[in-house]
Amino acid sequence: MADAPLPVKRMTFGEAGVAAALAILAVAALIITGRSTDAGYTFHAFLFTIASALAVLLIVNRYMSRPAELPPREIDGRPNYNMGPVKFATIASLFWGVAGFLVGLVIALQLAFPVLNFDLPWFSFGRMRPLHTSAVIFAFGGNALLATSLYVVQRTSRARLVGDLAPWFVVLGYNFFIVIAGTGYLLGITQSKEYAEPEWYADLWLTVVWVVYFLVFLGTIMKRREPHIYVANWFFIAFILTVAVLHLGNGAAVPVSIFSPKSYIIWAGVQDAMIQWWYGHNAVGFFLTAGFLGIMYYFIPKRAERPVYSYRLSVVHFWALIFLYIWAGPHHLHYTALPDWAQTLGMTFSVMLWMPSWGGMINGLMTLSGAWDKLRTDPVLRMMVVSVAFYGMSTFEGPLMSVKVVNSLSHYTDWTIGHVHSGALGWVGYISFGAIYCLVPWLWNKKGLYSLKLVNWHFWLSSLGIVLYISSMWVAGILQGLMWRAYTSLGFLEFSFVETVEAMNPFYLIRALGGLLFIAGVALMVINIWLTITTDRYEELPEARPAAAPAG
Amino acid sequence: MSNLWARHKILETNPILLVIASLIVVAIGGLVEIVPLFYLKSTIEEVDGVRPYTPLELAGRNIYVREGCYNCHSQMIRPLRDEVERYGHYSLAAESMYDRPFQWGSKRTGPDLARVGGKYSDEWHLDHFNAPRAVVPTSIMPGYPWLARTPLRIDDLDDHLRIQQALGVPYTDEMIENAAADAVTQGQDFPDDEDGFLERYPNANVRSFTAGAETTGKLTEADALIAYMQYLGTAIDFDLYDDRTNIR
Repeated sequence: MADAPLPVKRMTFGEAGVAAALAILAVAALIITGRSTDAGYTFHAFLFTIASALAVLLIVNRYMSRPAELPPREIDGRPNYNMGPVKFATIASLFWGVAGFLVGLVIALQLAFPVLNFDLPWFSFGRMRPLHTSAVIFAFGGNALLATSLYVVQRTSRARLVGDLAPWFVVLGYNFFIVIAGTGYLLGITQSKEYAEPEWYADLWLTVVWVVYFLVFLGTIMKRREPHIYVANWFFIAFILTVAVLHLGNGAAVPVSIFSPKSYIIWAGVQDAMIQWWYGHNAVGFFLTAGFLGIMYYFIPKRAERPVYSYRLSVVHFWALIFLYIWAGPHHLHYTALPDWAQTLGMTFSVMLWMPSWGGMINGLMTLSGAWDKLRTDPVLRMMVVSVAFYGMSTFEGPLMSVKVVNSLSHYTDWTIGHVHSGALGWVGYISFGAIYCLVPWLWNKKGLYSLKLVNWHFWLSSLGIVLYISSMWVAGILQGLMWRAYTSLGFLEFSFVETVEAMNPFYLIRALGGLLFIAGVALMVINIWLTITTDRYEELPEARPAAAPAG
Repeated sequence: MSNLWARHKILETNPILLVIASLIVVAIGGLVEIVPLFYLKSTIEEVDGVRPYTPLELAGRNIYVREGCYNCHSQMIRPLRDEVERYGHYSLAAESMYDRPFQWGSKRTGPDLARVGGKYSDEWHLDHFNAPRAVVPTSIMPGYPWLARTPLRIDDLDDHLRIQQALGVPYTDEMIENAAADAVTQGQDFPDDEDGFLERYPNANVRSFTAGAETTGKLTEADALIAYMQYLGTAIDFDLYDDRTNIR
């Protein structure tokens, strides 16, 4: 090999192009920094300047120190996987998870003890609550989805991620979006559209990142060495694609000027409401469901060492789920000024949605056929299976709450909060924790997790936390709903509004305790993951008991 | 049936087709539910009284948006007996036709605000924003004492109106030109241009909403937010409103 001509080192088109684009962005952001009259916006423009300049430096530095040839797509006929961005997103997911859960605990306590708002603008509930929801959904959940989808697409396609800088751009750009969004809420920069709070410039940045994400994902599938596209990837594709459509539709806004963070949404009133909940419900349907079903379809079969229960069920599950979910938005607007026909459609499709949801649950659970004994010995698998059970429970509760007469009681109350958290803590949380517990030893080439006992403790502490959380919110919600509509024998409303607020206090305390237990579990997880990565100690999975001879 | 499973293989082996098929499948529901809302006349009923926000109310609304009030307060009264008795006439679509974004909300940690206008005095609102538990001892609302201390920004209100005019809100050029001045006018007792202002914005409340504005002549964010609160749900005179005229 010594006499082979050395390849000439050149900057790739991608390196030069991205560096140039980011340099232009840095200059533009610097100009905005100088001319903006809004302090928060100035701060954000400055962050854009610093981050883009830093990224240009990193690209140049990487070019200087890298060998002439880019990493090969395959080495000796085996795919040369690109796991750097996956590792980053895995750690980012945990980091934001801890941050988001802690903010959740703070706002739970603020509701129980309002003095904890401290009369500070940036610390008041109205600004902190979007920080909690975004940190948990988009930062914790989003990074978990980035990590798992970019891992799964490589392994199931037996192909390296396409693009050289692109995968890193996706992961770093997405996390930069999170920083902009989160600090924006605290500074009072928000559209106040639930789960779509970031302002126009953060939305634009996310659009660029998301398009690159889609291209990297699709490009990797196109280069696959497997004839079929694995089922998990269908769900990831539907998730990436639909979230893009929803984001563009709901985020359509015109800024007051390029030097102002404020924008006006192009939709108004009732149409805005419909588009918002078309977006909002499908942030649940495609971000928190389809994406995480992708995780389920890869990590549960892998961990249980069993094939997916039914291929045909997964086909039906996929198409039925993505078709029906998109209709369900209007159930957030029952009895409002949205026309009745739209409300009825929303309710009807929400009830129908129960079927594909449970189809997916059955497919996930029954994958354990013949491996149920592993639930006793493998706490990671147990976490993921319980996650699917929570998925089944919340997707039963959801259609129930979408029935108009039930909704007339549950809407506007903490029942909704309880419902959301059985999905978020139970389903999204547990399947992500399970996937991260699987991923970390694989990514860092370890033989196993540092401690399975800690996983066990994590599981039981957080399970107790979830039970306290959702049951207290059920009781609180139903109680408050009933108090609002209670009449005296003389036909007067029995309770003033503030009396119904007072009645919530004990439940808010129980909820905060539940949140604390959940966070305690996550703290154990962080320690466990840290020690798994930094030490070589690991705890072997106990041998599952040999299966009894099959009956008959 | 086995034929169908075989055909699905085409999608499983062709990512572009899978993307296109998914896009079509997810587009249908949204299109059916959203598009008709833009052309069915029955979506927004015809009523008298609803007008675009005055510049001061709009500035107040933007503070409402900035502070995330929607996290705890709805602005949508449902046609249920207890809600109508507690809050007033159920909300009409027309009442939020100029709301960008809509703020119907999804949670009532605090009461609905769709018809809070005129229910409490300006002084009550100011005290309540400064220290909620000073007026409602068991309230769990955060205090917003900085509102009364922060000067209101009015110099860019014309831009705010201009953008909305471009989006179809019936702001006239005259309204845009007078945006900042109109905000000052509305927040004073007996201002000079009261007649011109009321011609542009019928039935608007014109007065100093806080004692601070009265003594210093300078508007604070509290003035704007209270002006917005006091307008909420007051546009339509429900003694004259006939819900059957809109049945087609």
